[in-house]
Amino acid sequence: MNLPKEFRYSDEHEWVKQEGGNKVRIGITDFAQSELGDIVFVELPEVGDELEANSPFGSVESVKTVSELYAPVSGKVVEINEDLEDSPENVNTAPYEGGWMVVVEMTDDAGLEKLMDADKYQAMVSED
Amino acid sequence: MSAEKELIFELSKPGRVAFSLPENDVPDRDPSELLPEGMIRKTPAEFPEVSELDLIRHYTELSRRNYGIDNGFYPLGSCTMKYNPKVHEDVVRYPGFAKIHPYQPEESVQGALQLMFELQQDLAEITGMDEVTLQPAAGAQGEWTGLMMIRAYHESRGETKRNKVIVPDSAHGTNPASATVAGFESVTVKSNSEGLVSVADLKKVVGEDTAALMLTNPNTLGLFEREIKEIADIVHDAGGLLYYDGANANAILGKTRPGDMGFDVVHLNLHKTFTTPHGGGGPGSGPVGVKSVLSPFLPVPVVSKSEKGYYFDADRPQSIGRVKAFHGNFGMLVRAYAYIRTMGPDGLRQISENAVLNANYMMKRLEEHFEVPFPQYCKHEFVLSGNRQKKLGVRTLDMAKRLLDFGVHPPTVYFPLIVDECMMIEPTETESKETLDQFIDVMVKIAKEAEDHPEVIQEAPHHTLVKRLDEVGAARKPVLRWEKSNQ
Repeated sequence: MNLPKEFRYSDEHEWVKQEGGNKVRIGITDFAQSELGDIVFVELPEVGDELEANSPFGSVESVKTVSELYAPVSGKVVEINEDLEDSPENVNTAPYEGGWMVVVEMTDDAGLEKLMDADKYQAMVSED
Repeated sequence: MSAEKELIFELSKPGRVAFSLPENDVPDRDPSELLPEGMIRKTPAEFPEVSELDLIRHYTELSRRNYGIDNGFYPLGSCTMKYNPKVHEDVVRYPGFAKIHPYQPEESVQGALQLMFELQQDLAEITGMDEVTLQPAAGAQGEWTGLMMIRAYHESRGETKRNKVIVPDSAHGTNPASATVAGFESVTVKSNSEGLVSVADLKKVVGEDTAALMLTNPNTLGLFEREIKEIADIVHDAGGLLYYDGANANAILGKTRPGDMGFDVVHLNLHKTFTTPHGGGGPGSGPVGVKSVLSPFLPVPVVSKSEKGYYFDADRPQSIGRVKAFHGNFGMLVRAYAYIRTMGPDGLRQISENAVLNANYMMKRLEEHFEVPFPQYCKHEFVLSGNRQKKLGVRTLDMAKRLLDFGVHPPTVYFPLIVDECMMIEPTETESKETLDQFIDVMVKIAKEAEDHPEVIQEAPHHTLVKRLDEVGAARKPVLRWEKSNQ
């Protein structure tokens, strides 16, 4: 399974990449996209929306099911991936690159502490 | 029959007609003399031009592609696809039911009103509720109606901050959707390792903002929520109410009642439990029963009885109002009434016993071949996981497609969400042991194929008119209607 070492991971299968300052980029993991199957629609928040950790901030629809996206950290949305509107398949083909979903400016970086590193996430997924 | 069926528009030939009208015996008038200019179209409407025979063949062929319970086995979990007795079709066509109008004077439709009144009473008795509305058009509208009454109840007590509805992670998708449409926020309560509502997690999410808990019992895993009394107490102690999603009521008729479990409001799906037609537009019917605390808020009118006879009673000042034009899907009420009266109390109990027996028989015979995530007695339905086959490269979706090759409607798949590669199977009580055995044999054969020839399943269906559909393309770039430019 493809898991970038420098990212942090939530138990709801989101990855978090630190981008300097209090900014983080967020998406769903390779494991999550492969479980969902072909993704056909991604619903994202708007720039300026406030996210609360562990609360839903959008949803991903695949041929199989609709799943909620849970915010791994609290903060304000400063950027969203508008390409996903026309090309939701980017989440399948490049979950850590073109398939990113939002950039969030965190209220504080304390939330990051609670997330898993790649090894721990790998262990959690293998347990399932 | 060919797989690619032309649309009726594509069969069109200029000048061909499927009707002949009599000579016009009144003077012709130019529409522009009669209608405002904006109402007159500039180009003629392009209706398909076909002969009567073309028309009949086209729609007859399409109708033969349908699959329904009258064609074969249909074990779609949580949908209760049971046989719809044909005698109901006879009864519903009696002129006293079929040829009346909702605006007729009450004294001229006493029989129809009596039927509605008695059906209200029967459904109240079956669910353990005090009063019933027959208006909601189907289950989801029933859920919404129930939640709007719960909202009105809290507001009448000055409790305006109860804005959360708790739903289990195994709930039907309609539950959180109805809660949202009714203006609530839905909160998830987790299931425990046995597949039941986690009482510990419920205690965490319940609070002074709780409006209600929505629950189906047995739940979508086909398991009875044994701790329902404690669950009810926790929600009631916090000031919330309990909503019973009646989708799985086929498991409990004459055995237990939502009212006795502590629920305050219930909907029933007449098109599931009570044999009214299902699928293809139904229409459905979703009566809602309430305990007396919610009676003041019932939609108006309900059918009541006085010394003068039966009448529409709209005197309910705190009512949430009418939720459906006229009096619900009346034809469905007639069928459900006929069914309840045919079966009687003992017959209804037998229905649930047989439905539960059939489900357990199938689960037991399949457990050797598929992963059973919750190995215990089930109620009217059970879930399997396709995890064992997934390791061989065969997904549940592939197995569902393979079932089509054997002329069987697949079970519900990928639901409930908490089971990996889920298949949710509900045989109902109306199937014979032979039919159950045939389905089991097919499932066993598919499990063997997964081991020996996975490609046969991965490429299924092979014998249907239309092969594997491009579901991804259909979802990403849907073509929803014919356009002339597509020709």
